[in-house]
Amino acid sequence: MKVLDRFGRATIGFFEYAGGIVVLAGESAGFLGRLRIRFVETISQCYFLGVQSLSIVLLTSLFTGMVVSLESAVQAVQYGVGSLVGGAVAYGAVRELGPMLTAVVVAGRAGAAIAAELGSMVVTEQIEALTSMGLEVPRFLVLPRLLALLVMLPLLTIFADVIAILGGMWIAQAYAHISPDTFISSARQAIGFEDVVKGLIKSLVFAAIIALVGAYQGLNTRGGAAGVGAATTGAVVTSIILIFISNFVLSFLLFGSS
Amino acid sequence: MASIIARLDDVELNYGERVILKNCSLDIVEGKITCIIGLSGAGKSTILRLLDGLRKPTAGHVYIRDRDICHMPEAELNEIRRTISLSFQFAALLDSLTVGENVALPLREHTHRTDPDIRKTVVDALDSVGLAHTYDTMPSDLSGGMLKRAGFARAIVTRPELVLYDEPTTGLDPIVTHLITDTIVRLRKMLNGTAVVISHDMQSIYEMADFVAMLFEGAIIAYGTVEEIKRSDNPIVQQFLTGSEVGPIPL
Repeated sequence: MKVLDRFGRATIGFFEYAGGIVVLAGESAGFLGRLRIRFVETISQCYFLGVQSLSIVLLTSLFTGMVVSLESAVQAVQYGVGSLVGGAVAYGAVRELGPMLTAVVVAGRAGAAIAAELGSMVVTEQIEALTSMGLEVPRFLVLPRLLALLVMLPLLTIFADVIAILGGMWIAQAYAHISPDTFISSARQAIGFEDVVKGLIKSLVFAAIIALVGAYQGLNTRGGAAGVGAATTGAVVTSIILIFISNFVLSFLLFGSS
Repeated sequence: MASIIARLDDVELNYGERVILKNCSLDIVEGKITCIIGLSGAGKSTILRLLDGLRKPTAGHVYIRDRDICHMPEAELNEIRRTISLSFQFAALLDSLTVGENVALPLREHTHRTDPDIRKTVVDALDSVGLAHTYDTMPSDLSGGMLKRAGFARAIVTRPELVLYDEPTTGLDPIVTHLITDTIVRLRKMLNGTAVVISHDMQSIYEMADFVAMLFEGAIIAYGTVEEIKRSDNPIVQQFLTGSEVGPIPL
């Protein structure tokens, strides 16, 4: 009976969580549809969640591009197809690594920040204060963060794509003596504008996941400092898991036939 | 006959299996200060949240000006909330905004007034609690007493009909406690409104209350003027007022 009880509770918990996020998304979309947007706060969140994540996104993307290039260049040169390294790096960066790695990094930084900030506001009664003033929390707090990530994550992804390819190009030249012209030519043959757009569609979905999971976890914080810590950890872990799952689904849907 | 601005009617509130309020009824008389006393954890702050629509009762009704707010849509409830203000125990100012911006927030969100007009109103509100100089100060730079008064300023800036104060004097020294008590009385007169105050400070309650209600085991067990409460023959009330360890209240 205990196993059944636990299974039942877990199932209810899952649907409560999923339902809560859907409701939060619906409320935020409702305010967006009525253009009830706090523009100044949204711009401020763009800076905090997006611009301040740029350096860490660039660093991780640079080294990821470099390591992909390093590994593929060794193999490619051995088999006499070094001219394909640019394509391999660009293909991986634009379709998979750029959107997903950027999202994971931003989930760790911005998702955690959203959950921690809103969680702290819950335990210090600031959220109740907003409600008691007749202010809608989804409009006041969630929508600016959601919009900021929907704008900034695709931009960060573009930067990540570019820097990963540039890092790969540098390593290909330095390590396997593949010229930048050969590298770029291969990259241009491997990927098209459509791939870039599909990668950016992925990043839009990831942005919504990070913002909504972070906000939901933060707004449902219980207890004091320990609760904020749990909400923050929960936001990052859940976001990353959902990013990986949705990345597979999106890759299947977007690139499945190509 | 005094009119009733807010009413709890046979309210019951449970958190899971824990009963917080049961058969709890209370009338808040318009234009007066009603103080709610009771043991720590008795559910006094919950009553304020019920009156502000932040909590929904498990059973019973909460009326604001004869309108049941328990089953009201959130948008309609937000309209009611504009006539009510809740001053939180620890002020609950948004720590990302300055004191002035905090106080200005309800005006910016709910009115179409110009910036200079809002600033003047905010400065006046801060001045009424003795904090005119803190407009550009961050909440983290204020002392406990100043924070509470800044919370008062935010609560009264929209000139609400009903102001709810959650433990405004808790944790403050006697001088600041006296200052806060005076401020509550003065603000009520200034707004010509109604106030409900949760407090454990009996001296402060004797100074400001028109009516006192005692909450015990989820229900209001005594209600009356300060003198009536002092003369109450209820042993629970008497034990609470005298602070005695001996009596019917389980420790």
